[in-house]
Amino acid sequence: MDNIAGTKSSLTWAVHISVAALVILWLIPTIGLLVSSFRDRDQITAQGWWASPLPVVQNFAVKAEGDPEERDGLFVLEGNVFGTDGSGEVQRFGGRRAAPDAFEPGVLGELTRDRTLMVQANGDYIYTSPAEIKRAPSIYFASATPPEFSLANYEQIMSSDGMDRAFINTLTVTIPATIIPILIAAFAAYALAWMEFPGRGLLIALVVGLLVVPLQLALVPMLKLHNQMGVGQSFLGIWMAHTGFGLPLAIYLLRNYMVGLPRDIIESAKVDGATDFQVFTKIVLPLSFPALASFAIFQFLWTWNDLLVAKVFLPSNSESWVMTVKIADDLLGSRGGDWGILAAAAFISIAIPLIVFFTMQRYLVRGLLAGSVK
Amino acid sequence: MSPIVQGILTILIGVGGCVGYFYASNLILDKVFFPPQEDNPGRNINRANMVRPWLFLFPAMFALSLYLLYPVIGSFWRSLFNRAGDEFIGLGNYTALAADTTFQTAFLNNFLWMLVVPAASTFLGLLVAQLTDRIKWGNIAKSLIFMPMAISFVGASLIWKFVYANNPDIGLINALRFFFGAEEALDVLQLRFWNNFFLMVILIWIQTGFAMVILSAALRGIPEETIEAAIIDGANPFQVFFKIKVPQIMGTIVVVWTTITILVLKVFDIVYTMTGGNFGTEILPSYMMSYMFRDDGRATAVAFVIMIIVLPVMIWNIRQARAEMR
Repeated sequence: MDNIAGTKSSLTWAVHISVAALVILWLIPTIGLLVSSFRDRDQITAQGWWASPLPVVQNFAVKAEGDPEERDGLFVLEGNVFGTDGSGEVQRFGGRRAAPDAFEPGVLGELTRDRTLMVQANGDYIYTSPAEIKRAPSIYFASATPPEFSLANYEQIMSSDGMDRAFINTLTVTIPATIIPILIAAFAAYALAWMEFPGRGLLIALVVGLLVVPLQLALVPMLKLHNQMGVGQSFLGIWMAHTGFGLPLAIYLLRNYMVGLPRDIIESAKVDGATDFQVFTKIVLPLSFPALASFAIFQFLWTWNDLLVAKVFLPSNSESWVMTVKIADDLLGSRGGDWGILAAAAFISIAIPLIVFFTMQRYLVRGLLAGSVK
Repeated sequence: MSPIVQGILTILIGVGGCVGYFYASNLILDKVFFPPQEDNPGRNINRANMVRPWLFLFPAMFALSLYLLYPVIGSFWRSLFNRAGDEFIGLGNYTALAADTTFQTAFLNNFLWMLVVPAASTFLGLLVAQLTDRIKWGNIAKSLIFMPMAISFVGASLIWKFVYANNPDIGLINALRFFFGAEEALDVLQLRFWNNFFLMVILIWIQTGFAMVILSAALRGIPEETIEAAIIDGANPFQVFFKIKVPQIMGTIVVVWTTITILVLKVFDIVYTMTGGNFGTEILPSYMMSYMFRDDGRATAVAFVIMIIVLPVMIWNIRQARAEMR
């Protein structure tokens, strides 16, 4: 289109800018999650992730420990809020929990009952009291800490929160549930594409119809059937369920692709005496690789990301949780406010699909086109 | 037995079983039932070829009828019984649903979702498809906008929970509000009625990429001559887009629109993760899940209502497919 006369350059700039704006808008939420997953948990609540490269102003409290000295009738405590070997810069300080940032550093802060507190910017403090100091008083101060990025959230979620188990469960559900339907569907798709028999059109129509049947319908009757069969809520059950639910799309995609294969190759193979089984395994299956890959990616993403089927067909104990169930039912409840942990967990669950997505996008796009533009 | 071992075994048994079944059944058909070298080889080959398609089809058709066809009838039948499943109550579950205010809310919300999400996703997808068509880095831009497709609904919900967080130091929405002078943090998910739209944003964010990919392919398929002719006749870029391009890809737009509409009726994850259906955000799939494991009669009734809403699209799809085959 660029070569067509009359394309205005000002319009091209507008296009560049609006596409850039849209891309940024689309990426911001995910970047926020990714950045947050590496941040220190206290820093997440103290400052937005968009300012995370900057130092974070956080409020701290320390106890002024030590033996009070008696000077001019006052009891005096001296020390440094950062301890003997720490350093930092105090930005505000205060003597009460209710007003932790009442004073500027270097100002003599007057507290109740004639006590005073002064904190310097470097952290040195002097606390005076006319009465004897029995308990170590608290000093509150706000200080800028450098931004902290670490893998601590990931370590915690993987080691103590059982996300590693959930990860393995997800993998265990996904791989058989991706491979088995491909095989079953490929044979059926071949029959629907290249074999002549009465009722073929009807079966194709049936597959197309089943493409849109809501999964919700299958939940209650199939769970009941699984229980009667003795499968119950188990990995075996969810593999079977995913296989059944994935078949319409698999057959549909593969058949559409196989129908487009050149007729003469298949017919000449048959003339040469190849059986249907040989034609299928030796010719059609290898040629259909792109369609097989498309469906495999679809099914992989779908089973990996599924929450509904996992909630119904897997046992509801924590050993069998897949990652989506773990996040939705466990972490959001028990760690609802722990944003670092949530971000790390979410990122672990979306990392593999993102890798698959970016490396095999070509096949995914091809599958989408074959499945929809008809 | 650990699930991993079980998984590997299942792959072996499943794959081996499938290959074995197809191989063995074909072999038996050719060697035992209709061997071509008997007294009447021609007739036997014909007979074998009449049976063979069904051997290829059997596993798939069996699984399809069990997991998708039987449930349509099974669910409907179950929805006619009470909670325990031992007493036939006719349409009792359906009348109870109609009288339930939560169901009414869910139904209306779902209607709202079906209006907004497909429209917004298709519109944005078309916009991006058209804009990226002209620029060099268009493919990178498309790939980034397409990315949310790979993210689970649960993951996407968490991503947006950050954006909506009720704290200006975490949530972008509240940070922006404070930037423009707001005093109090606002929990947008508790904002009655409008919270539905904040949830829809998540699905739109995911589905725009889908619409974009398909519409982009459709835009590329438009014959160049029609566009050139329009430009020579003095049409401006907007006229070219709305009067020449859009009418030619109308069929694809309809397909994208209906596909997303169907999806809206199935996605329960977003509402479940974000609000649990509270604050008036219930939709039919999440409403159904609130009855799952508690009252099967009611749950299947809701599922069947979803099925009825999907039915027109299903019939339309089948008619399209049949028209194509002729």
